Amino acid sequence: MGTITLRNVRKAFGDAVIIPGADLEIRNGEFVVFVGPSGCGKSTLLRLIAGLEDLTSGQILIDGQDVSETPPAKRGLSMVFQSYALYPHMSVRNNIGFGLKMAGLPKAEIDAKVNKAAATLNLTEYLDRKPRQLSGGQRQRVAIGRAIVRQPKGFLFDEPLSNLDAALRVNMRVEIMQLHKDLGATMVYVTHDQVEAMTMADRIVVLNKGNIEQVGSPLELYNNPDSLFVAGFIGSPKMNFLEGNSIGIRPEHIALSSQNGEWPGTVLLAEHLGADTFLHIDAGARGRIVVRASGENPAKPGDAVWMTPDTNRLHRFDKSGMVIRQ
Amino acid sequence: MAKAVSTRRRLIFTGLAWAIAFVIFFPILWTVLTSFKTEGQAIELPPRFVFFDWTLENYWVVQERSDYIKFAMNSIMLALGSTIFALLLAIPAAWAMAFAPGRRTKDLLMWMLSTKMMPPVGALLPIYLIFRDLGLLDTRGGIIVVLMLLNLPIVVWMLYTYFKEIPGEILEASRMDGASISKELLYVLAPMAVPGIASTLLLNIILAWNEAFWTMALTTKDAAPLTQFIASYSSPEGLFWAKLSAASTMAIAPILVLGWFAQKQLVRGLTFGAVK
Repeated sequence: MGTITLRNVRKAFGDAVIIPGADLEIRNGEFVVFVGPSGCGKSTLLRLIAGLEDLTSGQILIDGQDVSETPPAKRGLSMVFQSYALYPHMSVRNNIGFGLKMAGLPKAEIDAKVNKAAATLNLTEYLDRKPRQLSGGQRQRVAIGRAIVRQPKGFLFDEPLSNLDAALRVNMRVEIMQLHKDLGATMVYVTHDQVEAMTMADRIVVLNKGNIEQVGSPLELYNNPDSLFVAGFIGSPKMNFLEGNSIGIRPEHIALSSQNGEWPGTVLLAEHLGADTFLHIDAGARGRIVVRASGENPAKPGDAVWMTPDTNRLHRFDKSGMVIRQ
Repeated sequence: MAKAVSTRRRLIFTGLAWAIAFVIFFPILWTVLTSFKTEGQAIELPPRFVFFDWTLENYWVVQERSDYIKFAMNSIMLALGSTIFALLLAIPAAWAMAFAPGRRTKDLLMWMLSTKMMPPVGALLPIYLIFRDLGLLDTRGGIIVVLMLLNLPIVVWMLYTYFKEIPGEILEASRMDGASISKELLYVLAPMAVPGIASTLLLNIILAWNEAFWTMALTTKDAAPLTQFIASYSSPEGLFWAKLSAASTMAIAPILVLGWFAQKQLVRGLTFGAVK
């Protein structure tokens, strides 16, 4: 089991309020991603769940039990850090087994569990190496091995892929998702990368200035953002905001034509990605609009084009930035 | 052409460095040389540099007149004892300051260091009286405590700068792994800080070994270290330069050897944090 409940969780350092008050229910076995720009409090929220930071007020419950005052190790959660935080003076074997050793398990049992975790993560042949003798991806695996060996109720990931290069990041993303499928354990994952959030999450928690802006599945957030902030944060390229931020339309929901349409414009530049072409278009009084055209689009800078938005896909926002639902 | 200039420069700077090193080292060299002279030659003017009658007589006399081994043992005990004592207190203190700093931690560190700026003689009287009343005068235990207190600020500072270099996430990881604070210190922090702790230990041993003010003021016989051994060859019976030099050479030899072998560690220790 691994249900994590936050009840009016508040965190302040002196006068600086980081999390004004968060309520959240993370279901057993769920993959939840906290996403938001840097400084939005997502890491702090994760560290509060881990027990590495003390709550200012509120409650954290794991499987219904109040763990607000419980030390980190007793919460039954494992954490993977951004820097991996491996013990540099210990071999891979001892790194993975350290938690079990602290729990006072007999040596034979520790060895068996470490070997099993190492086998799962293809680390068997590196067990006697020191962390500095490993590549970035291998270190990341050791960090994950250290987390899984204790068979925790839940895993906490603090931007675990941000130190890896792009190709490796995609691989590790898939590996972590596979791990989630295999273990069926609750996972809470922090990232500032909305693509990671969209691809991995069962549910995404969007944070802004310490507040939970919206919680939902990736497509719920994509299709029905509650606010200007969520609308702008989820989706790539970003949603276009028109008429003083009262209307939003995603680049992929605008039809292009060289003959006719609703909004005239001039192509400023074209980004050719192969599968897609992103056209940045000067739409006069409407401002600058990005349009996603699928495939290779022949439009060149200076070309006159016409845009027609899909009216079913328009998002309307009030003055406070909240969505107006029809 | 450019290369020739740079070679000449290098020669000049190397020569300069050697010259400065020689000037700094000269008093020690002179002491060692004098220790091999006869008393007569020791005060001769102009002094002879190398061409004198080399003799070991001073060393025999010194060893006969006072028990070098006893003083040396005291020096070793005091230096080691006070250093280990200081480390035992300083490691947890520096840990707390580095990883769980409070609002006043910086002030506390500065205050600790500021105690080193006070002339020690200002504290001599109260400490002497306390020692007298507690019966600690001329006891190893008492001197160990004083030397420990004396060097504690420096030890805490050195360890603090070392610990600061250790990423906090590693300690948090150990906390997630269920390590108590004592186990975190023992299994994670201490092994990672071994180089830092080692150079702190070495430097502190040297400081404690060379400490003269307090050891001279608070010891007479039983707990007297090598500083007293040297001092006993000055004043009362007039100056015997050759014997004084022999005593000094014997007193500094062990720490000189230790310092020579620990050079690398020491330099690293003293510049750590400054240059990473």
